[in-house]
Order: sequence, then C-alpha cells, then structure tokens
Amino acid sequence: MTLLKITVDGVELAFGDLPVLDGVSFDVAPGEFVSILGPSGCGKSTLFGVLAGLVAPFRGRVLVDGAPAGRETFGYMPQKDLLFPWRTVLDNTTLGLEVGGMRRREARERARELFGPFGLVGFEKSRPAELSGGMRQRAALLRTVVQDREVLLLDEPFGALDSLTRTAMQEWLEDVRGRFGWTVLLITHDIREAVFLSDRVLVLSPRPAHVAREVRIDLPRPREVGVLTDPAFAAAEAELLDTLRGGTRL
Amino acid sequence: MTRADHRADHRADHRVDHRAGTEPGVTPSPALPGRTGRTDRSPARRPARGRTSLLGRVAPPVLVVLLLLVVWQWTVTALDVRPQVLPSPLRVVEQGWAFRDVLWANTVPTLQVTGVGFAVSLAVGWVLAVVVDFSPWLRRALVPLLVASQTLPIIAIAPLMIIWFGFGLLPKVLVIALVTFFPIAVGLIEGFSRADPEASNLLRSMGGGRWAEFRYVRLPGALPSFFTALRIAITYAVTGAIFAEYVGARAGLGIYMAQQKNSFRTDLVLAAVAVAALVSVALFGLTYLVERVVAPWIRRTRS
Ligand SMILES: Nc1ncnc2c1ncn2[C@@H]1O[C@H](COP(=O)(O)OP(=O)(O)O)[C@@H](O)[C@H]1O
Ligand SMILES: [Mg+2]
Repeated sequence: MTLLKITVDGVELAFGDLPVLDGVSFDVAPGEFVSILGPSGCGKSTLFGVLAGLVAPFRGRVLVDGAPAGRETFGYMPQKDLLFPWRTVLDNTTLGLEVGGMRRREARERARELFGPFGLVGFEKSRPAELSGGMRQRAALLRTVVQDREVLLLDEPFGALDSLTRTAMQEWLEDVRGRFGWTVLLITHDIREAVFLSDRVLVLSPRPAHVAREVRIDLPRPREVGVLTDPAFAAAEAELLDTLRGGTRL
Repeated sequence: MTRADHRADHRADHRVDHRAGTEPGVTPSPALPGRTGRTDRSPARRPARGRTSLLGRVAPPVLVVLLLLVVWQWTVTALDVRPQVLPSPLRVVEQGWAFRDVLWANTVPTLQVTGVGFAVSLAVGWVLAVVVDFSPWLRRALVPLLVASQTLPIIAIAPLMIIWFGFGLLPKVLVIALVTFFPIAVGLIEGFSRADPEASNLLRSMGGGRWAEFRYVRLPGALPSFFTALRIAITYAVTGAIFAEYVGARAGLGIYMAQQKNSFRTDLVLAAVAVAALVSVALFGLTYLVERVVAPWIRRTRS
C-alpha cells in the first residue's frame, strides 16, 4: 500500500563516551513489516529515536525514496503508553492531530472512525486509568496510526502485557495491519512475536549495535494461530534464537 | 498512484473497516479487540473503600474539636479562671454572637485583603514559574532569589511596609503575596519539571515544539502539585492578612484582635480567632471545589 521506501544507511551514534549505534543499515519496503530483535540495552529504542528525528545521528542517513526523511515520515509509539490522565481516551488519541494543528472537532471525528477496528468503542469518554493493559496499548497505537504517517515505529508495544493478552494483541495486530496495509517497524524481545508478525526480522548485535543478521519469514498471510506449528515457523524461530545466543556470548 | 491518492485510500479503508468492526457478529479473528475489550473491563471498577463519604471525613475532626472544647469549658469552670485570662468557650461564643455585627464588619476587610493579596500572589507565582520553566538561565538566576525571599523576617518587614505604604491595601497585599507566592511558585516549578521526558519525545515526534510540550504535557501535569501548593498557600494567606492588619490597619480581624487584647477582652480576641479559623477552613475547602471544576481527573487518579 505505502509507496515510499525507507533506507537507513550507516547510522552511528554515541551518548558521550558510550557508542550505541555503530553503522546500522537496512531497508524497509513499502507495506513491509520488519521486526527488530536484539539484546536489551543494545540501542533499539535509540535507533527509533533517530528515525523519529528526536536525536541526530553522528554519521549516516535516513532516506525516504532517496531524499532525507522528515519528522512527518514516522509515527512513533514509545515504549510507555504515555496516555495522559487529564485527557479522555478519545482526546488522547487525537493528540498528534491537535499538535499538528488540526481543529479539535475534525481530529475527534477522524480518531473516532478508528475506535471500531481498535476495539475501543464505548470508551471514548473514559479515562486511560479505566482501560485494561491491552486497551491502553490499542489506544496508544490508535494515537500513532491516526496521524497517517508513512511508517509506524512500535517500541515493544506488548512488552508489558500478560502472555494471554499479548497473544490476543499479536493476532489482532496481524489482522488490522493486513486490512490497513501499514508499513511497520517493530521492536520486540519476543522471538515468537517477531516471527508471527514479520516479513523480515533484523537481529542487532550487542551495543554498539549493527544489523548482525536478517531473517526473511516466508509464511503465508493472513497468519493465524495455526502458523505456530508450521515447520518454517519453528525453523525461523530456531535460527533467530541461535543468532541471539551467539550475540550474547560475544 | 500519488502520495495523496494513497492517503485517500487509507482513509477509505478506515471507514470500511470501522463498519465491519462494529457490526455485531462480524468477527474477522478470534483475537477480536471488541471481545478483549469487554472481558478485560474489570480493572475499570473502583473499590468502594477508596472514597469516604463527606460525613465520614467531617465527623472525626468535629468530634475532636468538641471534645477539646468540653475539656476547656470544664477546666475553666472547675479552676475558676478569670475570663480576662482565659474565657470559657461558651463565653466566647456568647460574646462573639453579641458582637457579631462588629466582627462581621471586621471580617469583610480581611476577606478583601486576603482575596486581592492572594490574587497578586497567584499571578506572581504563575508568571515566575512559567518563566523559569522556559528559561534555564532565568531558573538559575531566580530560584535562589525566591528561596532568599523566604528568609525575610516578616515580623520586621511588615511594620516597615506600613511606614512606606501607609495603612491602605498595598502593604497588606504585599505581606500576603510575600508569604504565599513561594509555595505556589515552587509547587508549579516542580510540577512542570515532573513531566516525563518520554512524553516530550512523543510530542516532538508529533511535530510539536517547546510550546506544545508545555501546553499538552507540562502544564496539565503540574496541576496536581499546583493544587497541593494552593492549599498550603491559602492557609498562609489568612494568617498573613491578620498579621499585616495586626501591625496597623483601619479595620480587619487583625486590628480588631489587637484592640480587644489591649482592652483585656480576651473573649472577643478568641471570637475573632474563631472567625479567622472558619474563614481559613472555608477557603481551604474552596480549593477542592476549584480543583474539581478545573481538573476533575486529579481526584480520580488520586483515589
Ligand atoms: N539519552 C540518553 N543519554 C545517555 N545514554 C542513553 C540515553 N538513552 C539511552 N542511553 C543508553 O544507550 C543504551 C541503549 O539504550 P536503548 O536504545 O534504550 O536500548 P534498548 O535496545 O534496550 O532499547 C543504553 O546503555 C542506555 O543506557
Ligand atoms: Mg528499549
């Protein structure tokens, strides 16, 4: 669906004396779902910060169809849901539109259209504290999606959920992504989640990070729970686990 | 297809999906959000014990006060204390009632002074806090001065204010502002800086600048600590007003207390004290009302 190709080219970054990103390079094709796995603290969130335009890299570039990416290319969903208690759920989801200068009424109309597919109908006027963990994550995702950016950057969106809710959320994400045709970059520490959702999985090395391995997941879509028992699924999982283990031994 | 086309398609998709998603029975996947939505709704229920009824909150302090008054009354009667030294609570009430017109006539100016002084204090506190929040340089320059301002001995300053500015409104307003702007400014400054840095990243990723961050994150996020500071400040305000009047005024509870003390009407001094206490408690209660109107979400997140 998306028309633009993202190129991350040799991105390097350090925080003071701490080198974090050491020549990270990869491409994302339009409509592709790419997961990023890596040991914790290796620089995954930092990489998203670079893509979202929050930190400038020392070296390297982020390109959209060959031209330098702007901040409006990426829709960023941080690790914490950051839903504000002073806003209703609906007004939390319109935040990005309002910041972008859209009139409140129009913003609400736009966001409200997504409450159906996001399973939040009836909670428009609720406060975030009244939502369960899964619903909070969907609200945060809705807030990201409604901005209509080219690429979604999702930083461990299901990391804090219990495993049942997480599985349900993964299936749900697979389903809505297929329907909307989003281009997604997902950070996760859950190998199974990466394989289940992705077209491609990138494994980052320990800090300073570079792309240590790339695994293509050739499983048919739409995927459902049945795919978990597919031999190809198990093979991809094993390969990723192996790479990650090798990485931590270094 | 152009980029614009693609966006239009996106939106069309949204609409179609919306209808599919909300229609009962159309369930594209077992992990349907609608269902999760309903089953994991339970965290929304709030435990009843979180909130005590108004009666439950008011009754204990009232009981304690009544008990103290009974002890006081009994002691004064039993030891036969002279009323010039310590009048019984019943006498205070009785005389206070007899002089209610005078008391009221002196309460009104005190209320006015408190109101104006506190308004000035709020304005100063907000301006300082916002300025300091936007400029790290001014933060370094001003915060030590704010702290230093609190070491000024009001007891020495207040009479000087009368000498400089006379018996009118100004010296009293200044005394009240001086004793109350500090908690307000500090409460706000701390409230602003309590904002999650990740929230500011989120705002920036949305294309917002420093102003958007302030408006959408720092300002609302500071309201809980603002209201806490407001409650501290408002109790200082009444005391400050009475103190300023005590030093010199034409009318007001403070000067009334000073006059009655000089004519050994301890009962009327205490009656005026009681009125001042009632005013303080009422203003304190008012802050909760304001909070509930301005930021009803605070109460819900606190419980
Ligand atoms: N703003 C920052 N200043 C200094 N160090 C940072 C900052 N952000 C992250 N780091 C450090 O960079 C490393 C990578 O962090 P991060 O990208 O959050 O890792 P993760 O892969 O777990 O998401 C960590 O060692 C972290 O402590
Ligand atoms: Mg991280």
